[in-house]
Amino acid sequence: MSNSNIDQRKIVFTIVAWSVGILIFFPILWTFLTSFKTEAEAIASPPVFLGFDWTMENYGEVQERSNYFRHFWNSIVISVGSTLLGLLIAIPAAWAMAFVPAKRTKDVLMWMLSTKMLPPVGVLIPIYLIFRDTGLLDTRTGLVLVLTMINLPIIIWMLYTYFKEIPGEILEAARMDGATLFAEIVHVLTPMAVPGIASTLLLNIILAWNEAFWTLNLSAADAAPLTAFIASYSSPEGLFYAKLSAASTMAIAPILIMGWFSQKQLVRGLTFGAVK
Amino acid sequence: MATTHSRFAARFMISPAVILLLGWMIIPLSMTIYFSFLNYNLLSPGMEEFIGFTNYEFFLTDPAFFAALGNTILLVVGVLLITIVGGIALALLLDQPMWGQGIVRILVIAPFFVMPTVSALVWKNMFMNPVNGLFAHAAKAIGLQPFDFFAHAPLSSIIIIVAWQWLPFATLILLTALQSLDQEQLEAAKMDGARKVSRFVHIILPHMSRAITVVILIQTIFLLSIFAEILVTTNGGPGYASTNITYLVYAQSLLQFDVGGGSAGGIVAVILANIVAIFLMRMIGKNLEA
Repeated sequence: MSNSNIDQRKIVFTIVAWSVGILIFFPILWTFLTSFKTEAEAIASPPVFLGFDWTMENYGEVQERSNYFRHFWNSIVISVGSTLLGLLIAIPAAWAMAFVPAKRTKDVLMWMLSTKMLPPVGVLIPIYLIFRDTGLLDTRTGLVLVLTMINLPIIIWMLYTYFKEIPGEILEAARMDGATLFAEIVHVLTPMAVPGIASTLLLNIILAWNEAFWTLNLSAADAAPLTAFIASYSSPEGLFYAKLSAASTMAIAPILIMGWFSQKQLVRGLTFGAVK
Repeated sequence: MATTHSRFAARFMISPAVILLLGWMIIPLSMTIYFSFLNYNLLSPGMEEFIGFTNYEFFLTDPAFFAALGNTILLVVGVLLITIVGGIALALLLDQPMWGQGIVRILVIAPFFVMPTVSALVWKNMFMNPVNGLFAHAAKAIGLQPFDFFAHAPLSSIIIIVAWQWLPFATLILLTALQSLDQEQLEAAKMDGARKVSRFVHIILPHMSRAITVVILIQTIFLLSIFAEILVTTNGGPGYASTNITYLVYAQSLLQFDVGGGSAGGIVAVILANIVAIFLMRMIGKNLEA
């Protein structure tokens, strides 16, 4: 094949791939643009793409009307809180299973995975009633607890696949050199485990941020994170496209950016290490 | 070598996770099973009585159950078809030489990070609304009658939205698998004069088959429990036209306060999910040995 022929192919593929990419991304782009329009411009026919008077007023209005940042803060507390709590429980477990495997380690791992397959409606009513009777309904504590349990199997599995890749010989070598268990953990294992823990943290925050079954069912005005707050736009009054767009843009922007950094971990985490 | 001492320490480190997950699974699930045999309505507390399998009888013979079962299957199969076929095509496209591949990848995977309630409301209002949506504007521009998506094709509309959310996941996993393909093998096939189609069918597709299986199984687990997208767009309607099993159980228990009936439905959902799960566990279990 001649050089120009290869270039030609590359140009064609570039054009096709960019068009498809922009098409798939378009709903997000359109939401972003609409958030800077007035409500009238947001429903204008024919629609305006860029030639409108850019305004920030929707962002102010969303905050003013509904105390947006309260829900934003709820989302942060719930996603970060459940992730940290999950890591606290999962790190020792994954560690032990990776470095001191027993005969039944594999069965335990598979069983943990199986809890993830329990459909949430199977336990919705008891959880709802328990929460109602213990005052956990519509509290951030309650949602942190539930989301921790929901994502715990994924956290353990992800950590396990990362820890598994740390060569055991290194530990032996450190021990030979007379390192104490404490020194071994602090100076040898931890530095090697940090990247895996960080990726697990990132992916899990994303999953918890977007979780929308339990957050919708167990929260009302007080503890509602953004998933539940945005749902209130399903029965709006008057024109609301621009405000919906502003609320949505703020809700997805932080997670979109985190998500772009965690592409690789996403594959590994969501396939439980089956595809790397 | 692991000593008895470290074995003990290991067990100690694992036990909190095991105990918590065990509690999370067994306590609520046994409560659901218990409730499913009761005549138990939240509106009449204190009137609970044991009624055997009556709740199951009602749930399983209710026309709503068959509608919901059909919708659940359509939703899962529809989204799987779109995301697998689209995902293979996109993965093949993204694997070609081009400028700005990284940026295109970023654009393609973006929808996966959009929370379900946002994507459902944005699609419903700003795209599919028969008066103000972009699709309506486009239809009018070429002289067509705007289509009322959620009135005339509620389930298909939800399938489109969910497929948009999951297409990036399928693409990303299939692309990862594709990139691990041995290039020399492809070159060799090319040398031997194998055509593009036969290279795809005989080399690329078999290589991706494992990743495709993983995508199917994992998506199925999530798709069986689609809830938010239905709640904010159609509330399961019109009638039961877009109600799936998850939504039906929710409606029965938290909207009609029928704890007994809802619990029976929940157990049915658990059994259905288990059938799928058995396949998934086998698949991932095999990988663990490899």
